[in-house]
Amino acid sequence: MSIEGKAYIAGAFEHPKRLVEDKSVAAIHAECAKGALEDAGLTLQDVDGYFCAGDAPGGALSMVDYLGLNVRHVDSTETGGSSYIAHVSHAAQAITAGKCNVALITMGGRPRAEGKSGVKPKKFTPNVPEVPFEIPYGPTAVNEYAMAASLHMHKYGTTSEQLAWVKVAASHHAQYNPNARLKDLVTVEDVLHSPMIADPLHLMDCCVVSDGGGALVVVNQEIARGLKRPLIKVIGAGESPKGPMGGNMDMTYTAAVHSGKAAFEEAGVNPAEIKYAGIYDSFTITVIMQLEDLGFCKKGEGGKFVADGNLIAGIGNLPINTDGGGLNNNHPTSRGGMTKLIEAVRQLREEAHPEVQVKDCDIALVNGIGGGLGSRHCSATLIMERV
Amino acid sequence: METPQQERKMAIPEVHPEHKEYWDATAEGKLLVKQCESCGEYHYYPRVLCPFCMSDKTKWKEAKGTGNIYTFSVMRRAKPAPYAIAYVTLDEGPKMMTNIVDFDLDRIHMNQKVKVVFKQSGDQDNPGPFIPCFTPVKG
Repeated sequence: MSIEGKAYIAGAFEHPKRLVEDKSVAAIHAECAKGALEDAGLTLQDVDGYFCAGDAPGGALSMVDYLGLNVRHVDSTETGGSSYIAHVSHAAQAITAGKCNVALITMGGRPRAEGKSGVKPKKFTPNVPEVPFEIPYGPTAVNEYAMAASLHMHKYGTTSEQLAWVKVAASHHAQYNPNARLKDLVTVEDVLHSPMIADPLHLMDCCVVSDGGGALVVVNQEIARGLKRPLIKVIGAGESPKGPMGGNMDMTYTAAVHSGKAAFEEAGVNPAEIKYAGIYDSFTITVIMQLEDLGFCKKGEGGKFVADGNLIAGIGNLPINTDGGGLNNNHPTSRGGMTKLIEAVRQLREEAHPEVQVKDCDIALVNGIGGGLGSRHCSATLIMERV
Repeated sequence: METPQQERKMAIPEVHPEHKEYWDATAEGKLLVKQCESCGEYHYYPRVLCPFCMSDKTKWKEAKGTGNIYTFSVMRRAKPAPYAIAYVTLDEGPKMMTNIVDFDLDRIHMNQKVKVVFKQSGDQDNPGPFIPCFTPVKG
């Protein structure tokens, strides 16, 4: 059974703060839930399905109780930063199956207020099978993605200048976002002269660390038609995990190869029909590899594709992350999927900033890579259409 | 430019019951990998059941301890000193996460031939298992 056309994104809300010192993580989730429900024109009592990931303190049980929800469907799928993209798909599946009619998805966190950083080694987690064979080597978010970047450069000739163009595009967009964590326009040279963190990734190849969060409300067709919001229809989705596979690994591609194919097939559209894309930009390399693996360009040509402003709204052929993305705007609790969905909804509703609004934006794609590209990740793809 | 690799305190791994032989071997300077007697495939990290065919007939094999660098990155911002994380393709086939050690970090390159060396995790007060790392070899 396909989810095509069965579910609509009716509410979306991005927390305006990038540093939250005065509220708990649970309170951030609640403020985002309230914002998304108000955006949709719905109330707490309307919600009958709840979705959250690993950032939700205490998981779905604590959050359902904390938020005061009375639901008949819960889903706490955890695939890192791509979780929320999978949640929209799972909400659409639940709605298609009649398990719920109004699904609320929340995320949020406060890594800045809590003093966390992506450069510190990953925490030791007991019982996780691969940890004893990885933790002694000091894997971090940055050096794992950096290994994928090194390999891409070695195999395809991708350059640091090409990686930098992803950041340049993000900064072009962020200058119009008053809430963006970083609003200054940067050049390729600025990126190349920023400190090297883990070869070949410079500081400006890395996403920001920010507090905050977001929420979405996904509803069935009947409810969507009764609301006063533009109809943003879910038309296709896919998800695919990928890892070192017992040592038989190939780090030259992401699982977007599979999740993207599934989503395009379900939606019945092709990459050329996508007017706007939200591409999880944990690092500049992540964008280049997803664009290739989703079929926006040939494998190995992602570097050429992003150069010369091709990702900048009003200039390039494929505007992405017009809020400034995780590189400049927001990367709440180091999970970028939610904010990608929210900006895609703004674009489809024509509610993006006028300077970055894509003309005739009727079909948008969102893709996220959760986890680590240099170890285990899950790609989730969602395709939406304004009707 | 030269960035000499410095000794780094490695986190002590949790020893799961089925990995006792593996860690006993590293203390004797041997790297073990698992090979499945059912499908013949080597795998890493070691499992009880083969990840390729789910057979329980997985046996420890001593690896030659040689391979080449699949990819790597030098963590420049690390405190107290930079270090190189890498995946090495063992001559037996599997790729494993590791560190490249005892070598100028600026002279590490793709496909470089390496051999295994062992570094003890933890520190003097709290020593842990020996960890397989790799260092470049000539040729």
